[in-house]
Amino acid sequence: MEPFEIIIEYWPKLLDGALITLKLTFLCTLAAAIISPCLALFRVNASPIAQAPLRLYISFIRGTPILAQLFLIYYGSGQFRPLLQEWGLWSFFRDPFNCALLTFILNTTAYQTEILRGGIMGVNLGEIEAGKALGMNKMRILQRIVFPHAYRIAWPALGNEIILMMKASALASVVTIFDILGRTRQIFSRTFDFSIYLWAAILYICITAIFVLIWRQAELRLNKHILPSDHLISADDSFQSTTVKRLRDE
Amino acid sequence: MNKLFSKSHIAKMCMVVVMSLPIMVSSAAAEKLRVATEGAYPPFNSINSSGEIVGFDVEIGLELCKRIKAECSIVAQDWDGIIPGLIANKYDFVIASMFITEERKKIVDFTDPYYLAAMTHLVAKDSKIIEFTSESMKGKVIGAQSGTTQSDFIEKSYPDADIRLYPTQDEASLDMASGRLDVMVGDVLPLLDWATKTKDGECCELRGDPITDPAFVGDGVGIALRQEDDELRERLNNAIVEILADGTYKKINDKYFDLNVYTMK
Amino acid sequence: MFELLSFGENGWGDEILDGVAITAQLAIATLPVGLFIGFIVAFAAMSKNKPLRAIGYGYTTLMRGLPEILTLFVVYNGAGLLLNALIKWWSVGAEPIDFSPFIAGVIALAMVFGAFSAEVLRGAFNALDEGQVEAGRAVGMSPKVIFWRIKLPQIWRFALPGLGNLWINMLKDTSLVSIIALNDLMRMTKVAVAFTKQPFTFYLVACLIYWLMSLLSEMILAKMEKNANRGIRRV
Repeated sequence: MEPFEIIIEYWPKLLDGALITLKLTFLCTLAAAIISPCLALFRVNASPIAQAPLRLYISFIRGTPILAQLFLIYYGSGQFRPLLQEWGLWSFFRDPFNCALLTFILNTTAYQTEILRGGIMGVNLGEIEAGKALGMNKMRILQRIVFPHAYRIAWPALGNEIILMMKASALASVVTIFDILGRTRQIFSRTFDFSIYLWAAILYICITAIFVLIWRQAELRLNKHILPSDHLISADDSFQSTTVKRLRDE
Repeated sequence: MNKLFSKSHIAKMCMVVVMSLPIMVSSAAAEKLRVATEGAYPPFNSINSSGEIVGFDVEIGLELCKRIKAECSIVAQDWDGIIPGLIANKYDFVIASMFITEERKKIVDFTDPYYLAAMTHLVAKDSKIIEFTSESMKGKVIGAQSGTTQSDFIEKSYPDADIRLYPTQDEASLDMASGRLDVMVGDVLPLLDWATKTKDGECCELRGDPITDPAFVGDGVGIALRQEDDELRERLNNAIVEILADGTYKKINDKYFDLNVYTMK
Repeated sequence: MFELLSFGENGWGDEILDGVAITAQLAIATLPVGLFIGFIVAFAAMSKNKPLRAIGYGYTTLMRGLPEILTLFVVYNGAGLLLNALIKWWSVGAEPIDFSPFIAGVIALAMVFGAFSAEVLRGAFNALDEGQVEAGRAVGMSPKVIFWRIKLPQIWRFALPGLGNLWINMLKDTSLVSIIALNDLMRMTKVAVAFTKQPFTFYLVACLIYWLMSLLSEMILAKMEKNANRGIRRV
């Protein structure tokens, strides 16, 4: 079959797969976006002993392949079916989508927490003191000063992490989920036409490209008030230098 | 490939650097053949706790090699890539319980069948499913190995079911045992073996009539070769006849099965 | 459980250890190839030649946008088919050639490593202090000496943290080759699971081994960074 014939015949399936990929990526990013700020604050403020479990979790996630994590949760949970059934959790673990989602949430939360921690540590102390001087309470300071600034610093790294997660979601195909790669392998095993892999590659690149454009646009918006002409805010310099430094560390 | 950094590895790496398109020229010595099997399909082919590839397919394959006077090495290859690998010359033939189907015949050639097979449904022992129709399978979770005739069968026969396709049969069985699947479709022999001989398989039993529709089951199970290798195909065909005639086939057969898989009686 | 992990006939300890060896070989073989690609792509991206620059940027963008596992499939299945088709077209009777899963794994992982390391290296080149190069010239060093004595040690220092991260990522990515039937740690674990029906036990063991390798790498990298940063003035 010719490359174009194959895409004409199978594009609905590939599109189906793309929706699953996007859904997985979106849901795990969203969940991590809700959990990670709390964890990041804990990581910055809690005593070393109190945060030991959290550090262990982060180290484990960062030190092991996501494929192994996925198998551990998906096939591993099968080994504990009676127990999970007793707790009423089996109906959750029975579904491969849930297992994949849980793995990806656990994974990306660890990374986002570390990224955000870097962001929070980059916030200029003087600004927090200024907040205190104005009589803001702790909540206010977090809400008005720490987090807006931390997210500005962490923004590019967070974008990278979301792209990495989108790519990692292709692994869901090995636990029977029909995401882009799952569909691609299905079509390939039927047609043995290699060009379907190239179409899948194009699809992934398009998703990444569109995401990068949106993310940059959002970054410009976030930084509108501190972009070049404005040298009055002293934080500007520290922001610039931390961003450059972070980019280098990536 | 078990040794740490053999000379050939270093040589290969050098080639990578020098040519940037590293290639390994395959030896064309007539008597050295590479044979692919999957290694995740007991009792036909699987890997044991010593890391060796064993099973009915492997023993038959090695016996056939002996008869055609070839020195064979068995390689494991994942199922999805097993036909592309053959075409790409990663090995010379495939003995991996592959059904001879029209679809596959468009791309590869097959020897005469070396055993007959049928497919079957497998359910949990306490399952209430008694019949298998497109209607009754609606919404049920059905699993099979991807890229197989079984997956073709469920996709065409039960379009409204929740279909799960696994890279290997082992993984499908794992999920059947843990209760993720309502129904599993597979070859009769491996499923029977699993349900009656393994602890994991105790959960389940074969149910319903065997599926023998030639559209899916084809003409039995054969050895796959590249289409241009007519001569090798003929030699293998003769060897199959030979081991059937002199009782070697039966000896291997009886080691694994209670019935004769060549005639399925 | 300990019997399952023992060495010898009934245990899976030795098979898993074999897998660890393959994983380590794969990662170690990939590193120089990946760095080589990284340098070439970084030089291309920094060159004054416009098409060359476009190729450099295009390559990094492309590889960073593709899932590693897809790259692996394409290299393993596709490159073989393509090469053979080319060879057939070139001369009909030619011998077919073949990628072993190991070579395919090295190429695919190195292509990914190359794309990411190119970015790190480019950043390191850009961070070089021009003044030091000028100082080198002022004391009469040749461009070659400047490169070896001034540029390279500093690039090394700037790039090391980033390259270290990439090394650990690559080490983890080697698990993907299990899907193309190379007997690495992950695949041997899968085989053990299929045999013993104890997925949690074995995948946990695999995770712990990967974790150990990552922690070990981190320790070594920390030492290397300390070494690379000797003689740097602290503020």
